Amino acid sequence: MNSGVNMMRAIHITTARAGPAFSWLHLAFTALGGLVLLFIVAPLLGIYLNSAPADVLSAAKESEVQQSIWLTLWVSMAATLAFAIACIPFAYILARKDFPLKGLVSGIIDLPVIVPHSVAGIAILSIFARDTLLGDAAEWAGFEIVGTPVGIAAAMAFVSVPFLINAARDGFSAVPIRLEKVAASLGASPLRVFLTISLPLAWKSVLSGLILMWGRGMSEFGAVIIVAYHPMITPILIYERFGAYGLKYSRPVAALFMAVCLVIFILLRLLARGRKNAED
Amino acid sequence: MLRIERLSKRLGSFSMQDVSFEIERGEYFVLLGASGVGKTVLLEVIAGIMMPDAGWMFLDDRDITSERPQTRGIGIVYQDQALFPHLSVYQNIAYGLHCLRLKRSHVRERTRAMAERVGAQELLNRRPATLSGGEAQRVALARTLATGPKCLLLDEPISALDIQSKESLRSLLREINRQGQTILHVTHDYEEALSLASRIAIMEDGRIAQVGTPEQIFHAPKSQFVARFVGIKNFFAGTLEKSDENGQLCVFAAERGMRFHVLTDAKPGPGFLVFGSEDVAIGNSRPETSAKNVFPGTVLDIAPAKLGVEVSFDIGVRVSALLTQSSVSSLELTIGKSVFAQFKASAARFFPE
Repeated sequence: MNSGVNMMRAIHITTARAGPAFSWLHLAFTALGGLVLLFIVAPLLGIYLNSAPADVLSAAKESEVQQSIWLTLWVSMAATLAFAIACIPFAYILARKDFPLKGLVSGIIDLPVIVPHSVAGIAILSIFARDTLLGDAAEWAGFEIVGTPVGIAAAMAFVSVPFLINAARDGFSAVPIRLEKVAASLGASPLRVFLTISLPLAWKSVLSGLILMWGRGMSEFGAVIIVAYHPMITPILIYERFGAYGLKYSRPVAALFMAVCLVIFILLRLLARGRKNAED
Repeated sequence: MLRIERLSKRLGSFSMQDVSFEIERGEYFVLLGASGVGKTVLLEVIAGIMMPDAGWMFLDDRDITSERPQTRGIGIVYQDQALFPHLSVYQNIAYGLHCLRLKRSHVRERTRAMAERVGAQELLNRRPATLSGGEAQRVALARTLATGPKCLLLDEPISALDIQSKESLRSLLREINRQGQTILHVTHDYEEALSLASRIAIMEDGRIAQVGTPEQIFHAPKSQFVARFVGIKNFFAGTLEKSDENGQLCVFAAERGMRFHVLTDAKPGPGFLVFGSEDVAIGNSRPETSAKNVFPGTVLDIAPAKLGVEVSFDIGVRVSALLTQSSVSSLELTIGKSVFAQFKASAARFFPE
């Protein structure tokens, strides 16, 4: 009898918490999550474990490697910044206005995510190629697109621009409209409202969208290789070395490039988090 | 000064039709209506944040119907304050001044003066998230007043505050109005309306049901709706006199020499006395009671109400009481019968004008 009462009490105590203290189900779920994490981390870690530090160091000293990494970083950055000028205001409109065919527009924005990247490359190549209207216009204006950093940037932007637009749109949606209304009634022009209220309050999301777009652009391979094999961005350089000389020769470059990307990515994420949350 | 003419707006399930009223310069105009009748929509239309479907608005005889919000000369303060969370209190108050492209030193001076005017000078370096509701509302007021609006729109500015902040904010609003600021204030709280308004408009189903002084509205409600909404049958204008005791028991002198006792800590002066008809008891003989207000009178009318029976009688002024059917029968109340009415001084409430 007595132990029964105690047990009842014990049940009461445990159920009074957010949930039972221990659950086999949650343990199983966590274990599954661990497997997924391992699946992501293990191969990447393997690259480092399988490449000798001396090889990575000598790869870092090659000017071909240095140039390609530098090219990859700045072209993706340039593509991100150039598109930001158009994408951030566009994201604001998407967050604030309802218009006919808005669903279709949103779908179009997400399209690059599902289009195979080789197809994206071919698509870009076909509108910028020499005998097309745009290609001719560019050539007439004095710069070529195919096989140039401009072409690389276009290919990178095509596949990475949804990340920026979607993140910025979510950021703007979270800004209370009332704040913009109040700013307008205080005498601020629409542009001033956008620059002093909407953008600062959405900045965290916008910044994370910029980082995502940059990172996604740097890692692009499929679309870029079709538009511009040369000048060689690092993912293509890795592919070329793998094709010509095999795994052992491509691995140090891969390890190096990934390290560079990781360092920048982590720094930027810390920077974005370190920025005061706009709501504080 | 601000003239609203036949304003209409349809927004989702809400619709506002043919709303017309005019606010005089320096007036404290309160728009009283139940929650969700679209008072905020009306204010946003007047502020230019939303366009009306039909109708006109004039400010000082200038047609502002399609004027942009930033040049209208109308300021709006919301119940939730809507302070800019990423800016300090100082930057919030200075926001509108920067929009006017004033000189930096001028902005600083004006911002400090505004903060002082609302008693927020200690808060200038704080972030909005760290402010209490009352503090935030003061800052929001300062931010809007800084731009010098011709008419100040207030959307339930004190409804969400605790009792102490409510009282101090009310006196701040009265003070701002006394300094000449024209105010249009919307609320669902008749006490708020009574304690602030020089005139009241009652809004019903997106229409204006009645416009008048507090006395006209509460004493002579034009429609059933107004009467039911304001809900107070026993409403008297008069003067609060000093209490003769040390306590808070005061005498309120109403029309026709009527003198009521009321428990209040308000300062003596003109105002309104209200008490609920459910607080009034009736007897056939003078009762032995602790109630301070006992009056002989005659029954004027007996009418069934939604709950119980409403008996109105003449004690020099018309007073109404809500009784149960069984009380009416056992007291054998009939029209013209002499009775005694009583209610406690603590049941009466005084609102300074």
